[in-house]
Amino acid sequence: MKYEGQVRIPSGCAIAAVISKDGNKMTGEAITDAMKPMHDRSNGLGGGFAAYGIYPEYKDFYALHMFFDSRDTRKGCEVFLKEYFEIVKSEIIPTRKIASITDEPIIWRYFVAPLKSVLASMQLDEKEYVARAVMKINSEMDGAYVFSSGKNMGAFKAVGFPEDVGVFYKLDEYEGYSWTAHGRYPTNTPGWWGGAHPFTLLDYSIVHNGEISSYDANRRFIEMFGYKCTLRTDTEVITYIMDYLIRRQGLTLPEIASVIAAPFWSTIERKTDLEDKEKHIYLRTLFPSLLITGPFSIVFGFNGGLMALNDRLKLRSMVVGEKDDKVFIASEEAAIRIMEPDAENIYAPRGGEPVIINVKEGAF
Amino acid sequence: MGVEFIYPEFEVIRNDERCIGCRVCERQCANEVHRYDVERGRMMSDETTCVNCQRCVSLCPTRALKIVKSDCTLRENANWQNDTIKEVYKQANSGGVLLSSMGNPKPMPVYWDKILINASQVTNPSIDPLREPMETKVFLGKKPEKITRDENGRLITDLPPHLELSMPVMFSAMSYGSISYNAHASLARAATKLGVYYNTGEGGLHEDFFKYGENTIVQVASGRFGVNEEYLSAGAAIEIKMGQGAKPGIGGHLPGMKINDEISKTRMIPKGTDAISPAPHHDIYSIEDLRQLVFSLKEATNWEKPVIVKIAAVHNVAAIASGVARSGADIIAIDGFRGGTGAAPTRIRDNVGIPIELALASVDARLRDEGIRNDVSVVVGGSVRSAADVVKAIALGADACYIATSALLALGCHLCRSCNTGKCNWGIATQRADLVKRLNPDIGYQRLVNLVTAWDHEIKEMMGGMGINSIEALRGNRLMLRGVGLTQKELDILGIQHAGE
Amino acid sequence: MKKVYVNEDWCLACHLCEYYCAAANSGATDMIKAFKSGKNPIPRIQVEEGSEVNFAVQCRHCDGKACVKGCIAGALSITPEGVVVCDENKCVGCGTCILSCPFGCIVIDEDNHRIAKCDLCTKNHDGEPACVQGCPNNAIVFEER
Repeated sequence: MKYEGQVRIPSGCAIAAVISKDGNKMTGEAITDAMKPMHDRSNGLGGGFAAYGIYPEYKDFYALHMFFDSRDTRKGCEVFLKEYFEIVKSEIIPTRKIASITDEPIIWRYFVAPLKSVLASMQLDEKEYVARAVMKINSEMDGAYVFSSGKNMGAFKAVGFPEDVGVFYKLDEYEGYSWTAHGRYPTNTPGWWGGAHPFTLLDYSIVHNGEISSYDANRRFIEMFGYKCTLRTDTEVITYIMDYLIRRQGLTLPEIASVIAAPFWSTIERKTDLEDKEKHIYLRTLFPSLLITGPFSIVFGFNGGLMALNDRLKLRSMVVGEKDDKVFIASEEAAIRIMEPDAENIYAPRGGEPVIINVKEGAF
Repeated sequence: MGVEFIYPEFEVIRNDERCIGCRVCERQCANEVHRYDVERGRMMSDETTCVNCQRCVSLCPTRALKIVKSDCTLRENANWQNDTIKEVYKQANSGGVLLSSMGNPKPMPVYWDKILINASQVTNPSIDPLREPMETKVFLGKKPEKITRDENGRLITDLPPHLELSMPVMFSAMSYGSISYNAHASLARAATKLGVYYNTGEGGLHEDFFKYGENTIVQVASGRFGVNEEYLSAGAAIEIKMGQGAKPGIGGHLPGMKINDEISKTRMIPKGTDAISPAPHHDIYSIEDLRQLVFSLKEATNWEKPVIVKIAAVHNVAAIASGVARSGADIIAIDGFRGGTGAAPTRIRDNVGIPIELALASVDARLRDEGIRNDVSVVVGGSVRSAADVVKAIALGADACYIATSALLALGCHLCRSCNTGKCNWGIATQRADLVKRLNPDIGYQRLVNLVTAWDHEIKEMMGGMGINSIEALRGNRLMLRGVGLTQKELDILGIQHAGE
Repeated sequence: MKKVYVNEDWCLACHLCEYYCAAANSGATDMIKAFKSGKNPIPRIQVEEGSEVNFAVQCRHCDGKACVKGCIAGALSITPEGVVVCDENKCVGCGTCILSCPFGCIVIDEDNHRIAKCDLCTKNHDGEPACVQGCPNNAIVFEER
């Protein structure tokens, strides 16, 4: 049997997210509970969370969350890390022993800063440097896997149902201003911890429900730019696309939505705002290989905000609601009602229409 | 007769029960196979000149005719097959190089037929093109590496020149001279109606067709026939022809008897003289020379036209394509070894070059490995026979396909492979006025439009089945393909998995 | 009224129109029967061949000033739609119309002692006249002009 990474594994899923526009902190308890009514959207082969604002005391350092298959692998990897980074703290990620989560790998986290001298000699900007190191570990180091690498954020994921994964990782003990969650329904996988969502690179995280039909077109394009799709999952490739468009191309989130969930040519043709029309023609012509087709609903997390987006035909459910400073996003309204029974303005965004929530400047 | 005699390849079978002696076969056969015998009051045939073009069969109002392969054969021999022996006889008779027309007919592997297409089941919905939008529009050209913004942060939306295609199929180069005025008229009108492009080939552009310029690709080949400033500016793009799939490494020869007044004027050569295209461009002996020509042509046309460089699929096509991509070309056209031709030396046509499927797969992979796939669009031709071939080509990595043989079939060609004789009974590969007349462009253009429209529907059906609603998401999407009956090496080159994997 | 027109640019002089016409007007169910039954079906359209230009000729369905007026038997008439038709029961085959037709469109049917002329296949065919349907190159068209 082939494992994830050797073979492409499509999956259906549940997603949920909550963010405070004022940057108010919430524990991970509510988002964990939100996954319970969507239990049937997962099958116990993967669940995970991304949390933003959880490491204020180490906010200037990249938090590397890692899986290791053995102590030797960890030792070997630490040697590599020390060549590239100053490690200011390294520790086991605390977990609870629970019956429903078993066979866990060694789960560790490091707070690191790039070594200035190496950074200078490689003539890279800091983020690119970190991204390349992560990519190198994940593609070249057997048994070691970086599943989170941003500043003041972290991903937590496991093989299991998401509501159990939240308990396992003691998310009730973390406080963040933004949380995303994912329950996975892979159609065929032996279950691997690294394959669970969210998928992250730097502070970008993706939770995703769907199976994109453009996968290999997207993958083969993005791999031209140094990204290595080791997992062969949709989520991984979407994350890299986001990173490429934001960090390398400098596109804004609405522009990115116009690339990956581009309006149909017929829609563009009908636009009366000529500048907007020009822009859309330009973006579709320039980045044809980054159009994502097939069903998806994603929540893209980053430092200071979230973006939710559906495929342009809206082939996956996704609803948005609000209450006070909070915005909720989920595959099903039931999940929102768990987090906030009095949530207001619940609506289903149209296909290809991005919902972008930014935390107030200075509040995160 | 005697030692020089070669028994005719075909037999004309005439059903006398059905034949009414209308003599349409006789009137329509430029090879003069049919003859009415007044004394016997019946039609007779002389098969020695029959090429099996099926013109008589198609026009016979009582279906009294059929053409069959003669069963008068030489003694069977697996090594010395009939055709091989007869070619030896022909050369012993004539002392000449054997000439052939249209694509390589040998039983070489057709990889398209060993590749299967995916469809959605359960986890991902298929899309019904009759109910949902399905996009096959394609832009061909260079994509800038980075976006740029003005001082207000607005995107600067200037792009290098692109070709916009309503669907990923274009008519590939066939010169006026190799094919008739009416064939060109049909192609030009069809391309315009379809929102795609046809290609002048190397014979210049007849003054009557300048009006179709927006849908015309003008070609510059080694003979430089008909090339002038007006010509270069008339088209939507300029194609430099470095090679042709049917005859890589050699040039062309249009015999003087085909150079009539109109062709002489269009090609800018004297009437009745042979039009000879040299094997290489004599100003391009290396890649840097190509770069100079690319930029000269851009300069000559005010940097408004994309430049296509067409190469034949040969052994190191990936490296050549990489060089071309770095030479300033906007589009690379690759022509596979099964591609057609008006005339080529038989040995070259049947033995030189490689299949387009393998060439495309390795070029696309190479350009991606080098990170320059975005610098050029890739167009492939050389026996793209159906919508399924187009879908497979796009999934392997092509931006669009060139079709020519399929287009000629739509115009009436029956693939008799005798274009070089100049006596095309269907009015396509001929300059004889009475034969050219047989192709009415009103009919021809409509048939081309029908063909390409039908393919567009089929492409959309197949895309919808895969859950893809835009052709860009299919391009290079090799996961949508699986091989059957291929070796691991072939699969590796194609970059696809075997069916069942 | 829709009439049959010929575009000489596309006429190949293949003569198929003549055979389709003759068969359609022979009363036989198919072309083989029409020509193999011993009778000689008469085409109402005839291809004039030149060295470069070929042209199929049949009744123009003009105002009938010549043929209808000259008909000694009252066999020729113009239908309300404008088709010049011949009543075969009245025609005596005198040939006056053949002599008077300025286009040379009317032919003699010697076997039956009457004339043969195009009636736009109004009696024997659905839709388009047989010559139009049988033309392989759209050189004969049936249209309003």
